[in-house]
Amino acid sequence: MQEPTLSREKMDNYWRKTSRLMWTILALWFVASFGVHFFAVPLNGIKILGFPLGFYFAAQGSLIVFVVLCFWNAHAQNKIDEEFGVAED
Amino acid sequence: MAYDISSKTGFVANLGKIYGAYAGVFLGFVVVLAILEQMGVPNAVIGYCFVFLTIGVYAYIGILSRTMELSEYYVAGRVVPAFYNGMATGADWMSAASFISMAGGLYLAGFANLGYVLGWTGGYVLVAVLLAPYLRKFGQFTVPDFLGTRYEGNGARVCGVVVLFAASFTYIVAQCYGIGIITSRFIGISFELAIFVGLAGILVCSMLGGMRAVTWTQVAQYIVLIVAYLVPVIWLSTKLYGIPIPELTYGMALEEIASLEQKLGILKPHAAPYVDAAGKFSWVEFNNFWALVLCLMVGTASLPHILMRYFTTPNVRQARESVGWSIFFIFLLYFTAPAYAAFAKLEVYSHVIGQPIAQLPIWVQNWSQVGGLLTIRDANNDGILQLAEFIINQDIIVLSMPEIAGLPYVISGLVAAGGLAAALSTADGLLLAIANALSHDIYYKMLDPKASTVRRLTVARGLLVAVALVAAAVAGTRPDGIIQMVAWAFSLAAAGLFAPLVLGIWWKRTTAAGAVAGMISGFSVCLFYLVMTRYFPETFQAWFGTNLWWGIRNISSALFGLPVAFAVTWTVSMVTTAPSKEMQDFVDSIRTPRGDVKWAIAGVRE
Repeated sequence: MQEPTLSREKMDNYWRKTSRLMWTILALWFVASFGVHFFAVPLNGIKILGFPLGFYFAAQGSLIVFVVLCFWNAHAQNKIDEEFGVAED
Repeated sequence: MAYDISSKTGFVANLGKIYGAYAGVFLGFVVVLAILEQMGVPNAVIGYCFVFLTIGVYAYIGILSRTMELSEYYVAGRVVPAFYNGMATGADWMSAASFISMAGGLYLAGFANLGYVLGWTGGYVLVAVLLAPYLRKFGQFTVPDFLGTRYEGNGARVCGVVVLFAASFTYIVAQCYGIGIITSRFIGISFELAIFVGLAGILVCSMLGGMRAVTWTQVAQYIVLIVAYLVPVIWLSTKLYGIPIPELTYGMALEEIASLEQKLGILKPHAAPYVDAAGKFSWVEFNNFWALVLCLMVGTASLPHILMRYFTTPNVRQARESVGWSIFFIFLLYFTAPAYAAFAKLEVYSHVIGQPIAQLPIWVQNWSQVGGLLTIRDANNDGILQLAEFIINQDIIVLSMPEIAGLPYVISGLVAAGGLAAALSTADGLLLAIANALSHDIYYKMLDPKASTVRRLTVARGLLVAVALVAAAVAGTRPDGIIQMVAWAFSLAAAGLFAPLVLGIWWKRTTAAGAVAGMISGFSVCLFYLVMTRYFPETFQAWFGTNLWWGIRNISSALFGLPVAFAVTWTVSMVTTAPSKEMQDFVDSIRTPRGDVKWAIAGVRE
């Protein structure tokens, strides 16, 4: 195994970018977990295929967002790793 | 499955073929039993076949996976590909509560219980972003191991083990209880005996092969449980609306329910958010909803039996992808659960309530004969069933769905096999988490660091059997309110473990003293609120002049423990000496996927 010869500066940049991705995903996670459900009462006035929209987001919509967020995180973080040359071989 | 499970490459390279063939054989087995049923084979025999043949298959995998190597026993040799680790995590995660009780809870509580659906899925985003890849890079055996290494010393390690034990033990007792119920119903033996039959099923999967055996049986169990969950509800969706996608068609059921609710004069609509019993918007309900979602999510990201699954992937990259697969496989069940609830409610409102009691559907008659699950009492003696005269247990919704859909008994057997798979797989994961913490962190790291491999594996197996026996014995006493206690596990884990794990990776300044103080205070506040509000409500009332802080129910008590844990960790870290340069280099090295971990203390590496 080779040592990652990252300079202090490069390591800090790598971590800054990783942190930015972390905060972006957590912000979206917050909206899907809490933000949208704060408006469940008015949203329930809208109906699609019989589903009141507020109910739909809590039962399915947010879950789909979570799945997408997890895969997107893996993809985006892999790209950051490759950019800085710290991905595994 | 003629492949030699002990040769890593042969088995792992052929996983697709092996599990594809397994799924095919399983479906064939269901078809054969269906044909046998039509030929007049009694239901009891079909029940036997499902329980014993599925346990037999798990046992077979467990025996094939036996091992005498430490890394195989503790982390499945780190060869589990992301996709299969996702399936194994799905089975590890979804317990008897998810499989049997969740849809019933949605039936009874409507929107309020969507908090469980959200809370038990969204936590994986936290696992993916904050923890899994870094714990994989750390690359040791257990979660307390990480705490003991990052916070140099046995203080943090012991705190980690205590929290782990508190959270996991009640959880495993509940699984043993569920296994006892299912086994005794379907093979007709007493509950106490059934628990020990189930226990044999748990041990045979985990004792010989540790994490390796548990991993490969969990994949097999996931396949059984997801098929068992989806078949009846897809069937019913097709029967009702002609489309085999229940997740799409139950919107129509919700619409019909809404109009039936008005007709029947029901005050609390199924789909209405944050309402009290009278159907009025309530801030207490609103606050409890988001508090529950938060506690379940953070708890998910702190439960050691889930986190340790990400120690088993070949590399960091696959650990990340594997979280995606985990939540995908869990999502398949969770986004279907509300459909179960809606279809059952529609059936009850349209064909049960308001009908003459003499002419109720056959499934209602069958279930009302089973003690206590479904009660029909004609209180006003008018011969018509009123809503208040119909009392249904939440566990019935999933179990009775095959009969509501008019399916043959073989599907009921399938559902029982699914529930059993869910309970067994979770019990195995929990059992390993507890026994590994005791054998690796307490015995090897603290008591006898010079122990040989053989000795360590013997101790690990002995503790595994001991923990399993104690859990089964406790479950045999039918402890009261055990399901309530399972939900506590999430709050306890969240309050005790989340802050030290996340800060240990994301904030280099976190010191050992800070982490230990944070764990103790967060966990204590959470435990205090739980115990006081549950067992000593009068004392709590006398001390604080209220029965609940801001109306938050004790299932969400991490809402108070969590901020305390973070605040105390931060404060104490700031007033103690910053971690050494070596420790900061160690944190840097687990943040980057490539390269070796730089151990701050010599000699920790296995």
